[in-house]
Amino acid sequence: MHRTKPLDHVILIIGALFLVMPVVVAFMTSTHTAAEIHRQGLQILPGSHLAETYGTVLTQRGGFTGEITGMRMLMNSFILGIGFAVGKIVLSMMAAYALVYFRFRAATFMFWVIFTTLLLPLEVRIMPSYGVMSDLHLLNTYTGLIVPLLASATGTFYFRQFFKSIPDELLEAARIDGAGPIKFFIDVIVPLSKTMIAAIFIIMFVYGWNQYLWPMLMTTDESFFTLMRGIKSILQVWVGSQIPDYNQAFAMAVLAIIPPVAVVVIFQRWFIKGLTESDK
Amino acid sequence: MAELTSPPAAAPRMMARMAARLRGKAADPAKRVQFDSRLLPWLFLAPQLAVIAVFFYWPSIQAVQSSFYLEDPFGFGSTFVGMANYADALTSNSYQRVARFTAIFTVLVTFLSLSLGLLLAVKADAVIRGAATYKTLLISVYAIAPPVAGLIGMMFFDMHIGPFVKLAAWFGWDMRVGLNYFDTAFAMIFVSVWKQIPYNFIFFLSGLQAVPVSVREAAFIDCKNGWTRFRTVVMPLLAPTAFFLLIINITYALFDTFGVIDVMVKDKPANNPITLVYKVYDDGFRGNDIGGSSAQSVILMLVVFALTIVQFRFLEKRIHYG
Repeated sequence: MHRTKPLDHVILIIGALFLVMPVVVAFMTSTHTAAEIHRQGLQILPGSHLAETYGTVLTQRGGFTGEITGMRMLMNSFILGIGFAVGKIVLSMMAAYALVYFRFRAATFMFWVIFTTLLLPLEVRIMPSYGVMSDLHLLNTYTGLIVPLLASATGTFYFRQFFKSIPDELLEAARIDGAGPIKFFIDVIVPLSKTMIAAIFIIMFVYGWNQYLWPMLMTTDESFFTLMRGIKSILQVWVGSQIPDYNQAFAMAVLAIIPPVAVVVIFQRWFIKGLTESDK
Repeated sequence: MAELTSPPAAAPRMMARMAARLRGKAADPAKRVQFDSRLLPWLFLAPQLAVIAVFFYWPSIQAVQSSFYLEDPFGFGSTFVGMANYADALTSNSYQRVARFTAIFTVLVTFLSLSLGLLLAVKADAVIRGAATYKTLLISVYAIAPPVAGLIGMMFFDMHIGPFVKLAAWFGWDMRVGLNYFDTAFAMIFVSVWKQIPYNFIFFLSGLQAVPVSVREAAFIDCKNGWTRFRTVVMPLLAPTAFFLLIINITYALFDTFGVIDVMVKDKPANNPITLVYKVYDDGFRGNDIGGSSAQSVILMLVVFALTIVQFRFLEKRIHYG
């Protein structure tokens, strides 16, 4: 019914180039040596130092203590991303189940207690949160890295919306069959939520992986550095060096980009469903 | 006879209203049947409540509390100073400058990333050939973290190797990102918009694709002008999505751009443009001004509260959700 105009394609191609080219250039440039980049600027064609640069970034011991390698940072980023996503799903599914499927007096109040957390992002309460962590001796631990990030209701909100869309008949049938709340949760709700869990896992993995400010404050011990933190330290080293390690900085950026982007592109359908269907 | 037939422009509008009603979701589907148990709901809620009590409510209360105190920089206790921290923050020149920049930054980032996202979504919705490829390409950069976007952006605006700087030089613009206030602000806005377009694209595209084919066909028959059709049929149906995105984009510009800004100012905020969140962090962690930083946090909290209230009370009434 609608005839495509050539202009539509032109706009889309320009848009796609505008969004994707910087990443392509970042990758291509990372395969050249720092001196080449310094002389010739950013590169659009592949160079011959791919293995060398990435080998260095992944295995070279860096930092002040010489404790941390790119490999270690990659692992820490995965621990943060996966730990955060799993923690979020477990906590929020349970809480949403209690809010939707139980009749208890404080339900409405608890709803507000939980959903108020949506109003204040971590960034605005960053100082006192840091204080609490140091009081609890959780600085430089994985617990300290992951658990405070769980203190928001996004996941609970998604699951609550989803549970509300599950037909009531299922619960009626289950009760007739004599299933209790725990059995109903494990045998009916969890299997039904599979797609939703997958979608939320992707969104939360990306969110956890991309955390910057919190890991930066929480980790002074370099063995807990994530890739995001590594990017900051690579830039701090630059000040005063003759030829900055452009290639290594780009390689680090590419490493930090690949896992979340791959997850989003591969699981596009689930991800878009999860993201857009639970917003309203 | 003109009075009896409705003017042509009214038809699509009516169509849109009907479509909205058709798309309508049922009222809040609270469960008719629920479990009755005293203990179980609390067991299910316990982990989430524990986490938010310790890591949300406790620190938030502390932020409010310490905003009324002046902390001794050497750690010898603190003195109650009432509203002095707030007064200091609000009257200081540097705070006002940062607040002004934050406002301009937020408006520009929100406006540009929303309009570009919408433009691309409308075009991606219109084409058939290559639609899947465009979609994949356009959403792929969604998952890039703000500091990584900042790093890549910094390279593109680098004085030695940056292609954008060379491009600007052609037009006689001597761009000095990191040294010149305006140039740095330009680069920050550019990078922040770049990073946010895919998000808006995803939401606008799925909003567009939710418009029923029957509505589109009816509108197409009634109205040949593409722009009018877009304005009178598609825009009202997209309004809830656009509104939701407006709030999300404002919070993005206010808070999530921290990574972009931190990477781009490279720990030298002195002459560079920064946002309010960056100032909270800078004053608190590097300036060791805990009271002042907390007061700024509380001011930001109030801004977020106000935004949320606007969301629920004011604007929502004007937008008819399906």
